[in-house]
Amino acid sequence: MPKLVFLWTDVVLYAMLLALAWYGWRIKVNPHLRANWAKVARDPAALCAGIVLALFAGVTLIDSVHFRRALPAAAGTAGGVQTFYATSTESLLDALLSRQVQMRESGYSEPLAAIGFNKEVFERDGAPVRDYPRLKFAGSHLGDPHEQWVGDVALRTFLGALAGLVVAVLALWLTAWRVRADHGGVAAAVKDIAADRSHMPLRAGLITFGVICLLGGPVIALMGQYHVFGTDRTGNDVFYQALKSVRTAFVIGTLATVATLPFAVVLGILAGYLRGWVDEVIQYLYTTLSSVPNVLLIAACVLMMQVFLDKNPELFETGAERSDIKVFLLCVILGVTGWATLCRLVRGETLKLRELEFVQAAHAFGVSQVRIMARHIAPNVMHLVLITMVLNFSDLILFEAVLTYVGVGVDPSMNSFGGMINLARSEMSRDPVVWWSFAAAFAFMVALVLAVNLFADGVRDAFDPHTRSFRPRYRKSSKSSAA
Amino acid sequence: MLNYFMRRLGYGVLVLIGVNLFTFVLFFTVNTPDDMARLNIGGKRVTQDQIEKWKAERGYDKPIYWNGKEQGTAQLTHTVVWQRSVSLFALNFGRSDARNAVDIGHEIKTRMWVSLQLAVPLFLLQVLASTAFALLLVFFRHSRIDFWGVVLCVVMLSISSLFYIIVGQLFFSRILHLVPISGYAGGLDAVKFLILPIMLSLLARLGSEARLYRAMFLEEIGKDYVRTARAKGLAESVVLFRHVLKNALIPIITSAGSYLPYVFLGSLVFESFFGIPGLGAFVIEAITGQDFAIVRSMVFLGAVLYIASYLLIDVAYTWADPRVRLS
Repeated sequence: MPKLVFLWTDVVLYAMLLALAWYGWRIKVNPHLRANWAKVARDPAALCAGIVLALFAGVTLIDSVHFRRALPAAAGTAGGVQTFYATSTESLLDALLSRQVQMRESGYSEPLAAIGFNKEVFERDGAPVRDYPRLKFAGSHLGDPHEQWVGDVALRTFLGALAGLVVAVLALWLTAWRVRADHGGVAAAVKDIAADRSHMPLRAGLITFGVICLLGGPVIALMGQYHVFGTDRTGNDVFYQALKSVRTAFVIGTLATVATLPFAVVLGILAGYLRGWVDEVIQYLYTTLSSVPNVLLIAACVLMMQVFLDKNPELFETGAERSDIKVFLLCVILGVTGWATLCRLVRGETLKLRELEFVQAAHAFGVSQVRIMARHIAPNVMHLVLITMVLNFSDLILFEAVLTYVGVGVDPSMNSFGGMINLARSEMSRDPVVWWSFAAAFAFMVALVLAVNLFADGVRDAFDPHTRSFRPRYRKSSKSSAA
Repeated sequence: MLNYFMRRLGYGVLVLIGVNLFTFVLFFTVNTPDDMARLNIGGKRVTQDQIEKWKAERGYDKPIYWNGKEQGTAQLTHTVVWQRSVSLFALNFGRSDARNAVDIGHEIKTRMWVSLQLAVPLFLLQVLASTAFALLLVFFRHSRIDFWGVVLCVVMLSISSLFYIIVGQLFFSRILHLVPISGYAGGLDAVKFLILPIMLSLLARLGSEARLYRAMFLEEIGKDYVRTARAKGLAESVVLFRHVLKNALIPIITSAGSYLPYVFLGSLVFESFFGIPGLGAFVIEAITGQDFAIVRSMVFLGAVLYIASYLLIDVAYTWADPRVRLS
């Protein structure tokens, strides 16, 4: 029985999932919220981005269940005395991809390759030769890689794509079946979806889903026998690293913004509502914080955190826990140093709100100041919080790469896009170029950040009263729906 | 006007005191001068003599906040906080923590010019290119060019600047051999070392800036004075350049001005990737070498530049919009 390990970031991620579920319930009961989110869903770009994001979020959540395997009892000892656990912490994703973890080659190999990237001296028919060696795991089922490789890869790709296509068609049929009442039958619904005549931009969403299936199917089909994105210098699968990096990016993107909220919202409302000396002090605080270039401030804090962790090694048991605490503290630092912008916005909005009639009325009824701030002002600044959260998300993912490059980012033992780019930098200067690590990091990172950006734009358009405009569907107006 | 500046300056000094105190307390509560000495001398066996010598060389041999042994004002001045933190206000940066104990002030003075060579052309080109691109999009607003231009912007801003650097170096230096991969030389030779980082940096930020400027221009274009200008029969280009651009200057100044501190501090990542010995590379070296004295000095310098650039932005407002009065 493995022992579950609750890392700090796991706990926070699952707490956030709970908060999200609560927010989902709020959307269900609150007509205003529902209208706004329906607007997000009607934006084709935001809907497609949401599907991609959901995929990444799923990977993150699977990767956030950690455990330590029980070691087999040593021979000769009676069972049930005490189980020892492995020193390495694994996640559910590691268990799912255990084949990728085990398929560890001895060095670089190209994507889908069956033979090595560098020439080595090895023995063939009793005589030492210098040639490209066969990989230990990838393509090991092939009798003669030079002859069978093309056929095998093509067959697997074809089968994977076919399976993806089946899933995509199934999804289309299911969607059509769900909306059959609005369109008069499943067949008519399919026709309407194909012509983009539906309430929601179902066609765009289904195309996105189909593309994901068509890409994912071959990858899954090939994954068992090949390294889809090649291997890095130590022979580890790059695809696996990229998937693991998604979690790091997600953790930093969400945790760091959530960490800014208590400061930004509470202090912003206090400053705007109470004014006077409270306002002066809070303004001074955030002016001071924002007056230091953020990389420098974060670097200073992270350096001190490293010193602190080196002095207190008793805080963590395994390497994974150590790097996890580092990421967690990095997010806290990003939060503590990054609340100035949102605080300024919340303060400005509160200054406006406090003069409005409903707040005045609450005041006249003798509602206490704390209650006015909590019940009347806070809900009305939440759209700012939401917009800033989604807009910050992509910035933070990009920022992580820079911070890791500077040397104050996540632990090098933890997979992250920044770490991958950092390693790729020296690989790109080799001859011949080792491009696949870089390409994998690029593809995953751009997909993630682009999806977040498009989603954030959709959310901003729906929630920001300044940009709010009537945008009917049905009318074909591709011009005005700028991304 | 003068009154306004004095008040802003006073507030600036207050902010600087806050920044200074914050970094000092942060650095000195977590580790003591003895720890710092051990870290920087390195090696397994560090004798107490070596530590004392290291501390004396850098002025860390005094009590941190309060010196009870001295008399009068010396109780305050003969402390680490006075000599290493308050002295920053006189731009006296002291020596670095690393073993070679470089003079930080001297380093900043020599590296500053290199950083400026990179950053000033970049800053000007950035504002120009973003404005031009945004105006182009606005000119063709609600057309295919606008739509795909915005798509391009979103894609461009979704790509990390590190990708631009790595691909740019690979393509222009390694494959086309147009410019050296990295390094720096003084005088006119600097151009061939600086042109690639400037271009790539420009590209890396064009997406987000141009999209922001486009939104600003679109906001202006819906206003009454624009309609009046069109009703007068002015050409669309005249409307855009003479009326909209002028009125959108204020937000452009704000957005470009917030970038000013980095003009002086240099672009951290670009300088270190291209081996340009400016202030940005200096900071990165200090961070990787865990040289806390340099980091503290640069944090202070950054805050000074931030305050100065905000004063500059205020002045620029009065120049861009005569209705703005500083009082």
